[in-house]
Amino acid sequence: MYKIVRKEVLNPAVKLLEVEAPYVARKAEPGQFIILRISEEGERIPLTIADYDREKGTVTIIFQEVGKTTSMLGMLEEGDCILDFAGPLGKASHLEGVRKAVVIGGGLGTAIAYPQAKKLHELGAEVDVITGFRNSGLILLSKELKQVSSRLFITTDDGSNGNKGFVTDVLKKLLEEGNRYDLAIAIGPLIMMKMVSLLTKEYGIKTVVSMNPVMIDGTGMCGGCRVTVGGKVKFACVDGPDFDGHEVDFDEAIRRQAMYRAQEKRSMEEHVCRLGGVRNG
Amino acid sequence: MADMSLEKVKMPEQDPETRIRNFNEVALGYTEEMAVKESHRCLNCKTRPCVAGCPVNVQIPEFIRLVSEGDFERAYEKIKETNNLPAICGRVCPQESQCEKFCVRGKKGEPVGIGRLERFVADWYMANGDMDIQPVPKNGKKVAVIGSGPAGLTCAADLAKKGYEVTIFEAFHVPGGVLMYGIPEFRLPKVLVQKEIDTVRKLGVNIMTNMVIGKVLSLEDLRNEGYEAIFIGSGAGLPNFMGIPGENLNGVYSANEFLTRVNLMKAYKYPEYDTPVSVAESVAVVGGGNVAMDAARCAKRLGAKNVYIVYRRSEAEMPARLEEVHHAKEEGIIFKLLTNPVRIVGTDDGWVRAMECVEMELGEPDASGRRKPVPKPGSEHLLDVGTVIIAIGQSPNPLIKSTTPGLETQSWGGIITEEETGATSLDGVYAGGDAVTGAATVILAMGAGKRAAAAIDEYLGSK
Repeated sequence: MYKIVRKEVLNPAVKLLEVEAPYVARKAEPGQFIILRISEEGERIPLTIADYDREKGTVTIIFQEVGKTTSMLGMLEEGDCILDFAGPLGKASHLEGVRKAVVIGGGLGTAIAYPQAKKLHELGAEVDVITGFRNSGLILLSKELKQVSSRLFITTDDGSNGNKGFVTDVLKKLLEEGNRYDLAIAIGPLIMMKMVSLLTKEYGIKTVVSMNPVMIDGTGMCGGCRVTVGGKVKFACVDGPDFDGHEVDFDEAIRRQAMYRAQEKRSMEEHVCRLGGVRNG
Repeated sequence: MADMSLEKVKMPEQDPETRIRNFNEVALGYTEEMAVKESHRCLNCKTRPCVAGCPVNVQIPEFIRLVSEGDFERAYEKIKETNNLPAICGRVCPQESQCEKFCVRGKKGEPVGIGRLERFVADWYMANGDMDIQPVPKNGKKVAVIGSGPAGLTCAADLAKKGYEVTIFEAFHVPGGVLMYGIPEFRLPKVLVQKEIDTVRKLGVNIMTNMVIGKVLSLEDLRNEGYEAIFIGSGAGLPNFMGIPGENLNGVYSANEFLTRVNLMKAYKYPEYDTPVSVAESVAVVGGGNVAMDAARCAKRLGAKNVYIVYRRSEAEMPARLEEVHHAKEEGIIFKLLTNPVRIVGTDDGWVRAMECVEMELGEPDASGRRKPVPKPGSEHLLDVGTVIIAIGQSPNPLIKSTTPGLETQSWGGIITEEETGATSLDGVYAGGDAVTGAATVILAMGAGKRAAAAIDEYLGSK
């Protein structure tokens, strides 16, 4: 059992949990993920490590409540326990030797982009950060990102923070103005990572994306997380989750993500029904 | 005087029409009367050829004699002297190619039902026996066992019996390895696996779940934590794919993924359990081994109308146990033999629609000694299916190898060991089971775990 020592509500749909997991904390690096399960009947879901504290022995996860498991996870409070918490899984990001980087986070992806920006900053790189959200109420980690970036650009789809547009609009402008980077890191919805990769390819900027496909074990055993990269089949759990954005077959990844959409919807609806029952009961 | 009937006492089974609608165990086991009757078929030969056929040397004639005397408790103790997991072996061992293969009675008629008797004794003891075990006093030496499948459990239990402080590190959230994620409930009920694991725990073995060795701890970390010897029993977890077009379409599973969803995550109880699995009206399972049979029979139980086994050789070359093939046929699984997939065809939105296959014929024997299948030109045809499950084998998981400098492996990933001891290229590190051999059987893994435990005892005893 893994105890929750801190909980924060970052926006109405996004929560942060700091979890006691000393073994994981000892080895965790940016780019890696954990797999958790919260009940005997629960599924195993992968979540990227948002932060870790080796001394305290804690690992922080940030997640959006999109389905039954993440909703139930969001209902846990400080002092509650997570049943299973395995990691750190996947390969750590290679950030050494980068002088100037642009880190792009879309929505919840911002939470995963943060440890990468932080690590780059600690390694002495100059870091521009671009984040995008649907509206200003959903903006995440702006304070934290400000501390680790040279420049922070925050866009919203509806312009409610006074800066309307997509992350790619900002990136395009920066590139057109002559900014050049050794590395671009894009983390967010598949379509966003695809658009960023298409743009950076024109400028020949090495781009790393973080894939988050459906998976069960996270150790290379099921192969459910297959991603085609440069024409070769890779397992995101052990070969990734970071891949070269210019090589990833995003259209296939988008399709594969829809594999259990009907079941995910059904689980969520039944979950909400049961909750309603309890509340009204 | 021995009972000279030529056939084994039949074991009751759920009838096929009923069992394809549930996940309950297919074979129902002997009653006391049936077991005693079958035990009388044993000639109690002096040469004991059956014992030589058992990878863990179960004292077969002795335990069967105790069954014939109605002393089931001592029969159990006799089996447990050398076998830590009898309820499991009695169900999933390929007895026909091991103990029963050498049974004298098999020369004329059927051999003694050794597996059925072992199963009966283990089940009887679980229901009636005293499962309390007193752990042996500890000798203060720590051993780490990686993986809690049949190899790891056996190695751990044998070492604990000798007083070692054993910790098993398991990557999944429950121990059991392939016994939990791979073999379906209807062949090996999980409650029973749980009970066998409990007996290993009662010996004083500590099991830590959610510990992916190679990630959370390296072998070097384990040594630094005071483990004086390490046994690697991490299994063959890496699924093989065919490398044909369309394998990444939605609806294509590795057998590992399909079986893990169904068995470990209990997708057959969805939505009571959260993990879903998707099974179309028609399902093709590619491969001819036990894993393929398991996947096909699961698919049938999950509601698929047509389930095909697509295998490129003929039935004679099928690696699956005869009993499994027989059960699959009874359940209406359709065998498309001498048939090989060449591509999987998708719908516009990326779901499996069909599998294109080619007919094969058998040519000259290949390296495995089996006649090599070659495609018949112009025999391409479409099999209409919405789900494809690839069950063409697994390779050892590379996680430990890739994080352990100096650990020598075969080109295909199997850890190189000394056969008699399981010793690897690293001092104090032993390995056994599928991690060494590639996908094989539960009992061979147990045999390897047993030999490694003896070797570790010798290694640490002389230290």
